[in-house]
Amino acid sequence: MSPSPVERVALVTGATRGIGYAVAERLAADGYAVAVHGTDAGRAAEVAGKLAAEHGVPTVGVAGDVADPTAVAAFTRDVFTAFRRLDALVVNAGTHAAAPLGMLADDAVARLFAVNAVGAAHTLQHAGRLLRRGKAPAAVLLASVVGERGAANQVAYAASKAAVAGLARAAAKEWGPAGIRVNAVAPGFIDTDMLGMLGTLGEAGRAATVAATPLGRLGTARDVAGAVAFLVGPDASFITGQILGVDGGVTP
Amino acid sequence: MNIEQLRSVFRKSLELPADHPVDDLAYREIEKWDSLAHMSLVAAIEDEFDVLLDTDDVIDLSSFSKAREILERLDVAFTG
Repeated sequence: MSPSPVERVALVTGATRGIGYAVAERLAADGYAVAVHGTDAGRAAEVAGKLAAEHGVPTVGVAGDVADPTAVAAFTRDVFTAFRRLDALVVNAGTHAAAPLGMLADDAVARLFAVNAVGAAHTLQHAGRLLRRGKAPAAVLLASVVGERGAANQVAYAASKAAVAGLARAAAKEWGPAGIRVNAVAPGFIDTDMLGMLGTLGEAGRAATVAATPLGRLGTARDVAGAVAFLVGPDASFITGQILGVDGGVTP
Repeated sequence: MNIEQLRSVFRKSLELPADHPVDDLAYREIEKWDSLAHMSLVAAIEDEFDVLLDTDDVIDLSSFSKAREILERLDVAFTG
């Protein structure tokens, strides 16, 4: 039996866990062929294999540090070899660190910007070029409520994520004439591994975060994946340059 | 691959007449090869030869001969 033609091809960076994994899984469930990116090649291949088995779609694992432009060029080439194009690019790979000003290690500041901001720029620039070959192409970047509104103890993280929103807005203007849409989602407090800050806050902090959220709960990775799937899909065909909060109403 | 294919891509992307000589063309030496046309030219080259250029190559692709050199590095063999 010959495989059915693939309608849409997506690359999701940082897709081996957390929000990125949920996005990759959602897109695979929606019938996308998915390139699963991770920093670890073995883990990326493992997740790609799992999604292929569970959803019957073509997948490939690709790997590399998004902070390294040579690595980004290399895994973009791997995606090109596997699928020749991208219809959806999800720039998700990110890292988190929290500390008060004055106690934020220099290398932590550098790494936050290198991965979250510079890495997103490299990914958009390299992998984004495959979107030109796609149908109804769209990119979604993962910003953050913290980048949009600020948060104590997260100065560098907030700034790195604000940069991501800037990338999305600017790229939307630049690529609009080429028919490529670019948006960002700004998750609020999402229950993932990366939400270590809630761990450091303890149960009281978690309860306070929930209390501050009008919808009365933490978000899930699936909540974010749904918004991303919408933004890369046909129902968002006239939406570009937007930063969509997925935060339970925590932003005013 | 015939080198005429590359010439044809240049002429089409830069909206030059079919007999216009292109072998000595260089970026911004003619009005039509501006930064916008450059991205279209790169896209057309990628489509014609089924390759993906790195960002450095996109920046370095400053002449017809440079384009040939980059493509040859990507294992595109030219005749003619």
